[in-house]
Amino acid sequence: MRPVYAVSGGVSKFAKARPDLDFRGMVKEAYDYALRDIHLTPQHAREIVDGTICSYFSDHFTRQLKAGSMVQDYLGLCPKPGKRIEGGGATGGLAVQSGWEAVASGRFDVCVVYGFETMSRVNTWKGNEFIALASDTNFDYPVGGFYSGYYAMMVVRHMKEFGTTVEQMALVSVKNHRNALHNPYAQKRRRITIEDVRRAEMVAWPLTMLDICLMSDGAAVLILCSEDGLNALQRATGHTPFPAKITGVGGGLDAMRMADRPHGDVILLPHERPEDYRGLKYPGVHSFRAGRMAAKSAYQMAGITNPLEELDFIELHDAYTSSEVQTYEDMGLCRYGEGGKFVESGKPFMPAVDYGYHFPEQGRIPINPSGGLLACGHPVGATGIMQGVFALWQLQGSIQKHFSTDVLQVKNARRGAIHSHAGTGTYVVISILERAD
Amino acid sequence: MSESRLPEREDGTVVFGVPLPKDLRALKDLAPLIIKHHYEIDYIHSYAQDSPFFAGLANNRLLGTRCDSCNYTYATPRAHCMECGRECTWVELPQEGQIHTFTVCHYGSEEFLKETPFILALIGFPGVDTLFLTRVVGLDPQASSLDWIGMRVKAKFRRLSELRPTDVYFVPTGA
Repeated sequence: MRPVYAVSGGVSKFAKARPDLDFRGMVKEAYDYALRDIHLTPQHAREIVDGTICSYFSDHFTRQLKAGSMVQDYLGLCPKPGKRIEGGGATGGLAVQSGWEAVASGRFDVCVVYGFETMSRVNTWKGNEFIALASDTNFDYPVGGFYSGYYAMMVVRHMKEFGTTVEQMALVSVKNHRNALHNPYAQKRRRITIEDVRRAEMVAWPLTMLDICLMSDGAAVLILCSEDGLNALQRATGHTPFPAKITGVGGGLDAMRMADRPHGDVILLPHERPEDYRGLKYPGVHSFRAGRMAAKSAYQMAGITNPLEELDFIELHDAYTSSEVQTYEDMGLCRYGEGGKFVESGKPFMPAVDYGYHFPEQGRIPINPSGGLLACGHPVGATGIMQGVFALWQLQGSIQKHFSTDVLQVKNARRGAIHSHAGTGTYVVISILERAD
Repeated sequence: MSESRLPEREDGTVVFGVPLPKDLRALKDLAPLIIKHHYEIDYIHSYAQDSPFFAGLANNRLLGTRCDSCNYTYATPRAHCMECGRECTWVELPQEGQIHTFTVCHYGSEEFLKETPFILALIGFPGVDTLFLTRVVGLDPQASSLDWIGMRVKAKFRRLSELRPTDVYFVPTGA
């Protein structure tokens, strides 16, 4: 396999609705930004781009089949090859890995990974119906299909099993909304308190409106290159690119029906021992086995043996405050059951941002410095690609340039992870990115 | 001779006063035009290999499956075993179990919005390896508590089956 680099990216401003641009226009907005950032003209891009990966989740939201071919012609990239990737909420992360595969295999030297979702086309509750169709339509959907309800059931079991509290979950919301104040791309930028989260309208007990991410219209683009691709880019632009290297990719799946999740042994990471989890039935519905599988395989490929020590930041899939807490554990930042204490310690907060609370260990490993899905929004097919773009900018040290402020720049970031997750942990992918110099 | 024009719609004008500037360069400032599409469809859905479960519901029986080879027992049935790939046999489930976890949905997907607040729960049964998703009725949705976990519940069947998983629901055994 050849080394693969992320070289540039762009994100359309995520918004509740973008009636001014359709999916093609939003992707074009993000694509043009990504090209400008590496001084590449659309004409030169036509010459050096070998193909594309298209990412969108729902044909129901889009109501335009083969939307990928429409984006391809709108970007002026016909007749180059391309394909669509779909895997629920993890669609964007899967697309990034599919682009990695295309470059690593030698098929493409320059690959444009783009994604979008147009969720404003139906009302919120119809949108929830569309999303709930990503659960078993024989046994799950008809009982009261509602993803916020499914996640609530998972965290209720987590609370019972481990003593996790709603206040600990609310801290995730405080953190991510506060971080987003400094991210101009974010949809919801707010300074809030634990009490604000708990006083917000109850959606599915114990999750309130502020525990749950937003529906959005938006698009994102990430350009991947081989070493030959980087050279072609340099020849075309006269500028030396500043890429990040993708050093690990991992993934996992779990049974669609939560009811089918088994009760067995924990899949161990290198820094864990079987005695850490004596008596714990795993994954049940309290943990995401696919997330642990994704972490294990991505870490193995990147040579990571202790993620808390060896990663500088993570952009992870916080569709719910609860799933961020559960994901700390899947990714081995703390042991299973300690996710609530982990957020309370302050470890996943930015070191120098004032959140209105005192934390004993603030800023050990910033999680969702961008504000995550909770604050940035979650236009599904774009989300995992957006994480890749923000991770690239962190590793380039270029947050100031893109956000017009360096408050969210993780200092000396050398290695980060992006984590993309589909409904109740059915598909999970993790990719590791590192500075290439 | 047929008329060489398409008929206009019988209910008359539906779009009024669409602006168009004289100077076409000003078109880039035109506000987006937005219309509403209606979309509705009836699907022909076969429960296929899951059909016996629904036949059970219509007869007030709760059916699961058991792997002939490894004995793994599924509360939500599947025709082939997820653990070893062999074919499963249909078995009758106990009609009493315990709440493994739950939530109260105060909002929901559009189809279920009018039924809120409702309680969703995963039920565990003795000697059965997997769980069953259902509604729980007979608890106060405003009084949700972690103490509900472990509560003993029993199946109740709707008198009029619709061949849907909501033909069965659970209530506290004391109720």
